[in-house]
Amino acid sequence: MKRVHLTLFNSLLLLTLVIIFAVGCSSSAPASSVAPSAPTNPEVILATTTSTQDSGLLDELIPIFEKQSGYIIKPIAVGTGAALEMGKKGEADILLVHAPSSEKLLVDNKTVINYQLVMHNDFVIVGPSSDPAKIKNEKKVVSAFKSIAENQSLFISRGDDSGTHKMEKNLWTKADIQPAGTWYQESGSGMGQTLNIASEKEGYTLTDRATFLSNSKNLQLEIVLEGDASLLNIYHVMQVNPEKFSKVNSAGGKAFVDFMIHPDIQKIIGDFGKDKYGQSLFFPDAGKKMEDL
Amino acid sequence: MELIWQGIKEAFRLIINGDPEVFGITLLTLKVSGTATLLSIIIGLPVGTLIGLKEFPGRRFILSIFNTGMGLPPVVVGLWVSIFLWRSGPFGFLNIMYTPEAIIIAQAVIASPFIIALTAAAFQQTNPKLRLQIRALGTTRLQYLFLLLNEIRLPLMAAIIAGFGAVISEVGASMAVGGNIKGYSRVLTTATVLEVSKGNFDVAISLSIFLSLLAFTITMLLTMLQQKQQGG
Repeated sequence: MKRVHLTLFNSLLLLTLVIIFAVGCSSSAPASSVAPSAPTNPEVILATTTSTQDSGLLDELIPIFEKQSGYIIKPIAVGTGAALEMGKKGEADILLVHAPSSEKLLVDNKTVINYQLVMHNDFVIVGPSSDPAKIKNEKKVVSAFKSIAENQSLFISRGDDSGTHKMEKNLWTKADIQPAGTWYQESGSGMGQTLNIASEKEGYTLTDRATFLSNSKNLQLEIVLEGDASLLNIYHVMQVNPEKFSKVNSAGGKAFVDFMIHPDIQKIIGDFGKDKYGQSLFFPDAGKKMEDL
Repeated sequence: MELIWQGIKEAFRLIINGDPEVFGITLLTLKVSGTATLLSIIIGLPVGTLIGLKEFPGRRFILSIFNTGMGLPPVVVGLWVSIFLWRSGPFGFLNIMYTPEAIIIAQAVIASPFIIALTAAAFQQTNPKLRLQIRALGTTRLQYLFLLLNEIRLPLMAAIIAGFGAVISEVGASMAVGGNIKGYSRVLTTATVLEVSKGNFDVAISLSIFLSLLAFTITMLLTMLQQKQQGG
């Protein structure tokens, strides 16, 4: 009898102690508990793409915003497809994504408002230095894709409906090719992981420059094509329409959109990554028109 | 090979310098998975006892459900808990999506089948003659239960260890319902995934060493508790 109590009691006690210890040690509030003006609804959910998180840009910008405004940003980094879907269901307050053609649908049906151009960078095609499809001399992405398909050189696609994947599918359509066969493989994972796969298997892939640069130290890949105008990677920020979804944090969303297009923040975006990679990862575009890029 | 070495060095550097971020992530992991295991014991022990000791129609069917539950992929649990906790979901009013509390709920769902199924199996393994004998001693219901619990204390601890092992190692559910928010809902497994996708393999390796050490320490403590009581 007594021993039973002991065993169960001890194990529960141990677990409880462990938890109390953990609770006691960690500051339970999120890192940003300093609220200058304490908004009534301080939590803001930002659905965004993995590239803004993996490149480290969000880690740079969010603390500044939280300190200035008192809001707490919860960045949920998923593919652009999933981020847009979260917007459609009202699960997020702000979207920061990079698939203009898909975003247009949401703007048109008023799912999102306050749609603002923030920045761009560009996509590049990377591949093994041996360049089996001989595309280093190509200038146009369409002809590069054509020669990859003709040579049946290995191409790793994201295959996850992300902004990068949407861009890639557009480019195949432009090249009038239905990619299929053993040379075309879908990783179904994020950009970093897809680059690793391409590197290990000596394949080509389409990547945003920021993620490629921040991962390049581990990769046996090099840029084989860049600079084609159709490779622009354009990021917009937008609020999910509070009139459509009552739980959306309207004030917090607006504050973040205003923050992202503010000249000071635009400068930080433009400088981000220069010290580490010797070049900018993103180019600020607030106030410009998409056609002028 | 050099990468592994780098990772180990990085892990020691983080431990020695007491890196506040990694330290915070480790504590949160402990807090979340510990609470989830505790919750699953509170839910699982009575349910497992009921299934193990009572005869009722549909018992085998229910037991098979919980047996299957032990193999439930965390990412599936993550998806379903998300659907319930989203603003548009039935429990959206609670406002706990993308919080550590949401991870605790998902992990409790993952661990409970282990406690339930293994508790039930342990009770069923006790000798029916023994049960009869205890009854014959004129025990009250509660005394009967405690005596039987004493008999199954080893497999019971094994159930708790299995449950804890399942939740501290899962990543799919934590990522889906916690959102991997820096300094708030980032646990060791989701932090590892992030560092891998950032290409920081050395940090990822050191985090994985942290995770293994943590899992080992807790499991060792539980195992020592389990074995201390043996044979006496």
